[in-house]
Amino acid sequence: MNATSSKGLKPKHQRLVLLSVALVALIGAGLLAAWALRNQASYFYLPSEIVAEAPAPDQGVRLGGMVEMGSIEEQANGTTIHFIVEDGTAKVPVSFTGIAPALFVEGSGVVAEGTMGPDGVFVADNLLAKHDENYMPKELAGMSQEQVRQQVEATLE
Amino acid sequence: MHGYANPARFLKIARWFTMPLLVGGLVVTAAALVWGWMSAPPDRLMGDSVKILFVHLPAAWLGMGGWTAIAIASLVELVWRHPLAAISARAVAVPGAVFAFLCLASGSIWGRPTWGTWWVWDGRLTSMLVLLFLYLGYIALTNALAREGSSSRIAAIFGLVGAINVPIINRSVVWWNSLHQPPSITMGNSAIDPVYLYPLLASVLGFSLLFGGVVLARMRAILADAQAEARLRRKAQKAELAQADVPGVEA
Repeated sequence: MNATSSKGLKPKHQRLVLLSVALVALIGAGLLAAWALRNQASYFYLPSEIVAEAPAPDQGVRLGGMVEMGSIEEQANGTTIHFIVEDGTAKVPVSFTGIAPALFVEGSGVVAEGTMGPDGVFVADNLLAKHDENYMPKELAGMSQEQVRQQVEATLE
Repeated sequence: MHGYANPARFLKIARWFTMPLLVGGLVVTAAALVWGWMSAPPDRLMGDSVKILFVHLPAAWLGMGGWTAIAIASLVELVWRHPLAAISARAVAVPGAVFAFLCLASGSIWGRPTWGTWWVWDGRLTSMLVLLFLYLGYIALTNALAREGSSSRIAAIFGLVGAINVPIINRSVVWWNSLHQPPSITMGNSAIDPVYLYPLLASVLGFSLLFGGVVLARMRAILADAQAEARLRRKAQKAELAQADVPGVEA
């Protein structure tokens, strides 16, 4: 090109280009690292993952999913409960003895810590309730999505 | 942009804005929290503990927004050498750290009754804790650099490199299975019922105004500090010269 451009960029622009290249490389590295971690950094396994690749019997794992509707059964001893965790494609029966958190209800999310028994029943020694992203008052909870929408529109008017 | 590079001109504007931001922030935050805590009904599952949301979410947003601001200021400092960029980044760090801590503390208190645990090492919680540690490291580094009067360029690089954590926090609940729930508020969409959403947005506004006020106040304090230091140095220099003169005359 001409003489001015062969002298190079202004220092300000040079710094901008250098820094942009460095930032792009940095973000790329960060994203690659996060991508590589996508399996290891998960806090729990889904039922379909547990079913597809059963963990060793003595290996402690976390199982996370939804508590199937109508699946919670209290056992005769009064402290043990049986329920089913599902993720839409697979189901895993779980047995837990102890005090469940207050938010542990059917149709809600749960993370169970424990081991997979030889009989295919997951034996949990700790339960964590998982909250979903929906926040709504009690009065709206029984309604369908459509009813909630109408109710919300009515309040907004 | 460089019009405000003159600290005197910036100070004139900052002096005018600091008080209204602080007072307005306090009033809006207090009103939003009273509104939320008094009027919002209990959540269908969480009960009254849902009201922690009005502190937790603004704190989380401002904690992450603070580091985003540090990163932008660092870029401006490195590329355009704007004299106020380093000062604004330093000013943002302390309120940013406070909000990151507030987010972790309120989340922990909320987690105990809802999840059944104070703390888990899932992606969201861990990356947020990393943000708090980044803030603490950044504050220590900038303080040390200011004390020694060294260039703040290394802090600006720290600010830029640390920014990689912000999108990781944001995406952590989407990329990885986590105990923390996925985002409730996404672009133009909210899974939060209006009875909670409106006080929540008011609280975000109030805390943001407070944040802005604190940042301006801290920038003024840092500038005043630098000015006082320069004046002291000039005085000391003058005194030294005078002392050097006296024996010089006698000799």
